[in-house]
Amino acid sequence: MDSSALLTEAFFAALISGALLAALPILFASLGEAISEQAGVLNVGLEGMMLFGAYAGFNGALYLHSSWLGLLAGIGGGVLASLTMVVLCVRMRLDQIVVGVALFLFAEGVTSLLHGAQFGESYPRLEKPSELAIPLLSDLPAVGESLFSVHPIVYIGFALVFLVSWMLRRTSTGLNVRAAGETPAALDAAGVSVVRTRTWAVLACGALAGLGGGYLAIIAAGSFTPFMTQGAGFMAIVIAMLTRGKVLWTIVGSLLFGVSLTIATALQLAGITIPTDWVQMLPFVTVILVLILFARRSYLPSALALPYVRGER
Amino acid sequence: MTEIAVARPVAEVPRRTLRGLLEPVVMSVTPVLLAIVAGGILLTILGRDPLSFYGDILQQGMLESFGLQQSVVRMATLLMIAAGLIVAFRANLWNLGLDGQFLLAAAFVAGLAPSIVSSLGMTVGLTLCFVIAAVVGAVWTLVPAGLKARFGVNEIITTLMMNFIGINLANILVKGPFLTDAPGVPRTDILPLAERLPVLFDTRIHIGILIAAATILLVHLVMTRTPLGLRLRVLGANPRAAVHFGLRTKRLTLVAFMVSGALIGMSGAVSMLGDWGSFRADWNPGYGFLVVPLVFLARLNALATVAFVALFAVIQIGGEYATREADLPNDFVLVLVGLILFFMAITEFMRVRRERRLAFVTAGLASRLRRGGDDG
Repeated sequence: MDSSALLTEAFFAALISGALLAALPILFASLGEAISEQAGVLNVGLEGMMLFGAYAGFNGALYLHSSWLGLLAGIGGGVLASLTMVVLCVRMRLDQIVVGVALFLFAEGVTSLLHGAQFGESYPRLEKPSELAIPLLSDLPAVGESLFSVHPIVYIGFALVFLVSWMLRRTSTGLNVRAAGETPAALDAAGVSVVRTRTWAVLACGALAGLGGGYLAIIAAGSFTPFMTQGAGFMAIVIAMLTRGKVLWTIVGSLLFGVSLTIATALQLAGITIPTDWVQMLPFVTVILVLILFARRSYLPSALALPYVRGER
Repeated sequence: MTEIAVARPVAEVPRRTLRGLLEPVVMSVTPVLLAIVAGGILLTILGRDPLSFYGDILQQGMLESFGLQQSVVRMATLLMIAAGLIVAFRANLWNLGLDGQFLLAAAFVAGLAPSIVSSLGMTVGLTLCFVIAAVVGAVWTLVPAGLKARFGVNEIITTLMMNFIGINLANILVKGPFLTDAPGVPRTDILPLAERLPVLFDTRIHIGILIAAATILLVHLVMTRTPLGLRLRVLGANPRAAVHFGLRTKRLTLVAFMVSGALIGMSGAVSMLGDWGSFRADWNPGYGFLVVPLVFLARLNALATVAFVALFAVIQIGGEYATREADLPNDFVLVLVGLILFFMAITEFMRVRRERRLAFVTAGLASRLRRGGDDG
């Protein structure tokens, strides 16, 4: 093995651009899940919301001929999917895990079914959306092209993480959200509706998951294929749980997953072939190791996955 | 934590009355019917005839002899998985890593079975394969179980992680040490037909269904008639109460997880030794998430699960044909299962709300109202 091959421009370019492409959907989804978990709603159906977002986003981009409108459609798809969570789990207080699994299975089936009925014969692809090249920075060797000449939604995505982090920690809205997950009774006593707070949190989660799905279909893949999220939603749930309310960590987590999802392809460019099965395992093994090492420090909102009933202990 | 997952220790409805017997049946059948209707509406929107679609499912999955045999064969695997799930869910442990446990055990069995069976003979060899599968499945739950018991780490996350690792590891095994020398798709050595689980009479149905039936019966008896079953249910209903009872909750958590994993691993053995005879690389039927709703529909009652697994096997086998006829992807089954879960949650909500409303009268009057006022 020639180690200098690892340091070629092609390798870094492929690794960074691939990792960004793979990480962004997970970043959006885990950011959404973090908000929802902080508000006390464990959203197991995240993968389903991403699939709805991907399907709606792909259709939007295909028929409206704009990646931006497509991403908006993706948000719409995710919000629609999260409405089922809002109605069934937040309003009707049904079991969040049962409904989440239902949403996940339903989304897998329905998007595949609709896709099959709609595009059974032809497999349309989207043209590559235009990218925003930042002057000077995008001319940097190796990393320039892949880091600073990307679809603008990438920058918006990272900005959103900081915005949400600031909102959760520094604004009264954020305080309400965290109270809804920690001690909903106290929030209720303070005169703020727990149901309404959780509703907005879940809708935000749906919007972000839908955006992630839309990004996956429109920008990363350029088409919709059934089951295309391939566990990204579950990875996002894990990242959200591990961040323990410090949402800035979602960036680290999703980039870690992004790198391990693409390192096999990048290494092939450098002439090293590792079986994909090994590489795909890496992020999950990392998480398990982290859990084993830091298990004692893991922390979840105490009212997570518990429906709030006024007056009930 | 939940109305559905938690076994109610106090029977609110008297079991002996006709109403008390009928209510669980109605509660379980209603969501299935609603899901079938909603699925039919979706089919109509897609421009397909729902009646002929469902007719195809029934015809191919149940009424044709070949389809019926296939459905029974499929039932064997699914029943074993259901048995494993019931043990974990009764203890309120969310073992969602079942695909990983299933596939990893299946990979080990498929890889080792040809040499084991040919050197040890059918009876000993096949039995040993089941033991291997059980051990692999149980070992794969050790990390989530240990983390849950020791540090209270949420088992949904850990089992899901181990799930993905298990699926990949199974493929690594199949493409590596267990890879066959024969040309073609990467797979394990094929177990000759004569060395697989023996078939019953002149059918394609193998004795896996008998093993599964015995297992589910055993699980039912253990969960309802033995101290261990009671302990697990107490742990599931209220972990704090379990501690005050003096139960060793950590050990119980480990036991429930490992038994659950062992049974799910054994379903992988049934699938490999009976149905397929070989593990093809990247094979993942995704049974896990499909069985979860069935177990809930049966309200974690092992015997009731049999009926739902039978129904589901028919839908799956018949659905393969029906979706092909209707020129749709095979994933319609997923839609049905998702819908069933939704409607199940909603029906449960209606029941609880009705009981809550009654409860606001007074306890005695409420029970009289519930019985229809005939024998208050």
